[in-house]
Amino acid sequence: MTTQLRRTIGVLALLGLAATVWLGLWVTPPDAVQGNYARFLYIHPPLAWVAYLAYGLAAVSSVLYLVPRTRNLAFDRLAVSAVEVGVIYTLLTLLTGSLWGKNTWGVYWVWDARLTSTAFMAVLFLGYLALRRVPGEPHQVAKRSAVAALVAFIDVPIVHFSVQWWNTLHQGQTIQIQGNAVHGSMAWTLLLGFVSFTLAFVWMLMLRYQLERARSTAADSALAEAVAARRREGDLAATEVSA
Amino acid sequence: MWRDAAAVLRRDLAIEAKSRVGLWQVLPFAIFVVVLFAFALGPSRSILQQAAPGLFWLGVLLSSILLVLRSAGIEAAPGLADAQRLLGVDPAGLFLGKAAAIAVQLVVLEVILTGGVIALLGYRASCPGLAVAAALLATWGLAVVGTLYGALSGGARGRETLLPMLVVPVLAPVLLAAVKSWQAAVSGPWSSSTTWLVVLGAFAVIYSAVGVMVFGQLRETM
Repeated sequence: MTTQLRRTIGVLALLGLAATVWLGLWVTPPDAVQGNYARFLYIHPPLAWVAYLAYGLAAVSSVLYLVPRTRNLAFDRLAVSAVEVGVIYTLLTLLTGSLWGKNTWGVYWVWDARLTSTAFMAVLFLGYLALRRVPGEPHQVAKRSAVAALVAFIDVPIVHFSVQWWNTLHQGQTIQIQGNAVHGSMAWTLLLGFVSFTLAFVWMLMLRYQLERARSTAADSALAEAVAARRREGDLAATEVSA
Repeated sequence: MWRDAAAVLRRDLAIEAKSRVGLWQVLPFAIFVVVLFAFALGPSRSILQQAAPGLFWLGVLLSSILLVLRSAGIEAAPGLADAQRLLGVDPAGLFLGKAAAIAVQLVVLEVILTGGVIALLGYRASCPGLAVAAALLATWGLAVVGTLYGALSGGARGRETLLPMLVVPVLAPVLLAAVKSWQAAVSGPWSSSTTWLVVLGAFAVIYSAVGVMVFGQLRETM
């Protein structure tokens, strides 16, 4: 059932991404000001949205793990899966943003609130992944990681506002509720981009979650095997002594 | 909670008073950091004066990592976590006590380092009250986040390399807000830095609350 659902989501994501590429590169017109470089619009904001979605999901899962009533290793697995995929999306956001910025602002990097807080988010959650590599008993690792995810997630808005008050250059919000800045086919392509990248995220998340579950099952059976082997050694020694 | 915090504070400060690691290792390191950054910027008095708040807070931030490592090292002593559990030490008290001990050591370091930036870099504050308020809030922010991450990486082998990677990005807003407040203190009145004091205050309060809530769970992982 889950495999079937994952495959369906994967196929839909692939079709959506292919349609985004086709619409973004061939159907939509170039922008009056930015020309063809405006086509970054169809991938950059969706990538950033998914990155924030992933970290939000990781933070919620971590809180659910930390609350004793809802504590379950499934939330820990979900958190690590979301962070890993989120880091990839963040790095892609930074890459596409830098390339777009080079052609819009003339430089690859500016000390802008959104750019800086996104870069910090990548570093904060890379730290989370580094912390996860510290060995320990599953619940020990899960608790440590959950606190780290929570601390990192809280820091993101603080970094954002700090840098915003310090210096800001980034363009305002792209999609407005009234008086849309993006019109017609461009708006539809952008919307498709959001849906496709979100579906791709869900597919990657499900795959990564399954891998994490298989990994913990393998670790459990390796431990059970080691205990059984020691028991057999003990039984053998007892038989030798009695003989 | 408060009684346990006071006991832990006294214990950590007593260990420091005996070992003098802060005095003989961390303080010289902070001074070297400021001097080396000043070397990198060149001898121009005006540039150094402008950069003084940044150099000061970089020195404090990097030194705080050493103090946190030292503080986390105390907790990693064999059997200590079990002994504290058996004695019924309140985890929130342990967290606040450890953070307070780091904060006291940082305040001493900052007082000495302030003398250094006044003498060597020509830093002058026309509104010293603002600089002191910002320093106190920033110090508490550094101490609580340091204590949290010290506990997170406490039991880990290689925590000396792991801790800076974890803690430095989280502390970036403190560095930014403290530097801006110290820059504002050079000429402006209190009102010129209200935003930054709010950032420092919010940071300190939020992470104190997070620490009090989760330190008990973290201690189980040590």
